[in-house]
Amino acid sequence: MNSFALFGALETGFIFGLVALGVFLSFRVLDFPDLTVDGSFPLGAAVAATLIVAEVNPYIATFAACLAGAMAGMVTAWLNVRLHILHLLASILTMIALYSINLRIMDGPNKALLGVSTLMTPLDNLDIPYYMAYPLAFGILAILIALALVWFLKSEVGLAMRATGANPRMAKANGVHTSRMILLGMALSNALVALAGALFAQSQGSADVTMGVGVIVIGLASVIGGEAVMPIRTLLLWVLACLVGSILYRMVVAFALNAEVLGLKAQDLNLITAVLVTLAIVAPQFKQRMRRART
Amino acid sequence: MTTRFGISIALVLSCFASLAFASGAPDNKHVAITQIVEHPALDAVRKGVKDVLQEAGWVEGENLQWNYQSAQGATATAAQIAKKFAGENPDIIVAIATPSAQAVAASARQSNIVFTAVTDPVGAKLVEAWDRPGKRITGVSDLTPIDQHLQLIKDAMPNAKRIGVIYNPGEANSVSLVKLVNKHAPALNLEVVEAASPKSADVQTATRSLLGKVDAIYLPTDNTVISALEGVIKVAQQADIPVFAGDTDSVKRGAVAALGFNYYDVGRQTGDMVVAILNGKSPGDMPVEGVQKTELFVNPKAAERMGLTLDQALLNRAKEIVQ
Repeated sequence: MNSFALFGALETGFIFGLVALGVFLSFRVLDFPDLTVDGSFPLGAAVAATLIVAEVNPYIATFAACLAGAMAGMVTAWLNVRLHILHLLASILTMIALYSINLRIMDGPNKALLGVSTLMTPLDNLDIPYYMAYPLAFGILAILIALALVWFLKSEVGLAMRATGANPRMAKANGVHTSRMILLGMALSNALVALAGALFAQSQGSADVTMGVGVIVIGLASVIGGEAVMPIRTLLLWVLACLVGSILYRMVVAFALNAEVLGLKAQDLNLITAVLVTLAIVAPQFKQRMRRART
Repeated sequence: MTTRFGISIALVLSCFASLAFASGAPDNKHVAITQIVEHPALDAVRKGVKDVLQEAGWVEGENLQWNYQSAQGATATAAQIAKKFAGENPDIIVAIATPSAQAVAASARQSNIVFTAVTDPVGAKLVEAWDRPGKRITGVSDLTPIDQHLQLIKDAMPNAKRIGVIYNPGEANSVSLVKLVNKHAPALNLEVVEAASPKSADVQTATRSLLGKVDAIYLPTDNTVISALEGVIKVAQQADIPVFAGDTDSVKRGAVAALGFNYYDVGRQTGDMVVAILNGKSPGDMPVEGVQKTELFVNPKAAERMGLTLDQALLNRAKEIVQ
């Protein structure tokens, strides 16, 4: 692995860390399995790319992407709490609808940002090389957002949201508007995912309608992988574990891309990734079990 | 708990440690190739590139380091492949299909890049213009070679003055193809008459609207019109107007002729560019190329039914004559 690949893995890891934070919010806090993510990630990319190409300020374009993501999340939540559609199906409906909507937004399957001035452009003119500046900037942003998320989850509203996920009946009995909490939580979750999509499109040079494929799977793998390799005694550690899990996943992909030394081929990439992620998650358990056996 | 941390840290450290192993023998050339997904057409392109390199004397494992990676459909992986290649700094990065090409263009800012199987390289912002590709990037577009299609009509019917085009204005792909027809027609002294067919059911009406106004009909690869091709053929046979198609399948269904191309040849064309760059040419001096090698499919019997006799010279050029 070379330094470009290493810093690239960090960069992609921090961006998808935002997806992991979003998935953490829906999957862990609200206990709402949300597949909207596969649609809201490219939605954020599409909105940001289309606005930036139309010469809107990149900051405003990225903010608009977050709002679009929040709306997508609210549609899923609304289908669930108002129309009483099963959460999984509600999120699938939004996800497939977003595919068409993204094509409409971009007026085609792809919107290019190469050579256009984006949020990343100032990073190209720093004294440190761009391939280090990007992961640094994304890292700072991801950690700030993680801290903000922890602060929010400890606030009164955040506590009500956690109660909604943990025990909706008890929460209701204590005067929490559970449907309002689900709407708010899903909006926040998908806003984070759309932000990740918007940032990824800008660092990557394009938004593409296919870029959402499998994002939820990577998000879940990051959340669960992070929980496996990190101590999660406190809320702060648990939220940071999402970022660690995301980076771990990207490191594994970067490793798997070098698997030709082992006689493996390009077509084996996803298999190698799956095996390495499994090993990374299971290894700590084995170690503990061995120690217990010894004593 | 410390063991968990220990493992994560060990993983990160070993990443840094492996930084040391990233060099090849200096005399060898290094070609890295990234492909967005496994797909028969894209695999054929890759095989074409490799075959040409081999024929030119660049053999994998001898004097060529050939590094192929597929993103298996995941854009994020395509980004990581692009960054891995950026760090290895190969002599040339070959990028197959638009998302992979854009990822490489964004990340690998020092390397020579040859893209291929990209339909619209200008729209994808890979190059400024076909003839001014930029400093270190060029490639092959798989855009339908409309100019050659129109030339085919002229070859079959030297006296043709006006051609009709039937398409669905709702299909983005067709709209851009018709734009190209309008762009290339004047050079061949052809006048273009457009007929819109928003639904398959409108195809016959659209064809009738062209009667008396055109000498021949050209059908771009429009899903709406091609799905109702027989409607066009029927009207055209009654009125003796030859129908030419943009895809070779339509020739078997009753169109007079069409030029097709296969992706292996697109790959070979890309391979020629790669070899030229390995031999010292600069990508910036090489305009983006359209598909050059085409295959002619003709249907002489269908032509007879539309009152056209194809001359022997044209039949001799055909790769396949439909009986």
